[in-house]
Amino acid sequence: MLTCKDFLRELSDYLDENLAGEARTELEQHIAACPNCWVIADTTKKTIRVYKGMDPYPIPPDVEARLMQALERKMAAKQSK
Amino acid sequence: MTVSDLAGSDETILVAQARQSDATAFSELVRRYENKIFRLALHITQNREDAEDVLQEAFLKAYEHLDQFQGNSKFYTWIVRIAVNQALMKLRRRKTDKSVSMDEQFDTGEDTLVREIAAWDEDPEQQFSREELGRILESAVQSLEPPYRSVFVLRDIDDLSTEETAQALDLSIPAVKSRLLRARLQLREKLTRHFKRKGDDAFAYL
Ligand SMILES: [Zn+2]
Repeated sequence: MLTCKDFLRELSDYLDENLAGEARTELEQHIAACPNCWVIADTTKKTIRVYKGMDPYPIPPDVEARLMQALERKMAAKQSK
Repeated sequence: MTVSDLAGSDETILVAQARQSDATAFSELVRRYENKIFRLALHITQNREDAEDVLQEAFLKAYEHLDQFQGNSKFYTWIVRIAVNQALMKLRRRKTDKSVSMDEQFDTGEDTLVREIAAWDEDPEQQFSREELGRILESAVQSLEPPYRSVFVLRDIDDLSTEETAQALDLSIPAVKSRLLRARLQLREKLTRHFKRKGDDAFAYL
């Protein structure tokens, strides 16, 4: 029998769908019988989902402008060598 | 060749062209990854000024050492690795009193990371405005310890594979996996405060 501790250890692989066959079935059986682990699996899955959907943080224009300037200086120095 | 021609180009071709001192090709590589590198640098340094330094240093270093880039990994993984190193150096310099380490300080069981068990709504994020949600998610990530934060950002926000994350952070695959699990469980715990189904507390006393 799988304990809650065993279940927790396998949780990432389970949610990332890295488990197949018997290992997966065992975890699924545990979830079906253990309300606590069901909640943990469900809320962890949603945690991953909300972060995946997070808006990309756009680089501020002034930061990008300074980066491009620094690069141009570097490239010019390399060309002149 | 114009920039718009390059935008859809294959990364290997861009890298090859950049190596031939093609400035436009390298600029295209920068444009492709600058947002992600800046976000990553912000997450590790937690400081905008440092993040900007890291961003510049990473791309300048990459340009300088482009001939050392081995084509057997993605350019993105390579630049991430350079940026992570620069960011960690900044962190160490800033906190000279406290040692900053990418190693785990203690190793307790995963079960100690689970305290609150409460169900969430089906789409809990829909109850918040985009700004509010962004703030909640950001502050939860920022509260993670650096070793967990970097792994989580690369794996679950930037969508790198376990192998790529291990390469970028110079960690073993089991280390990436265990840190990712801990990061996810800690975030789950923090988000539960905002996302748990209303009314579940009351039921607990019935
Ligand atoms: Zn259980």
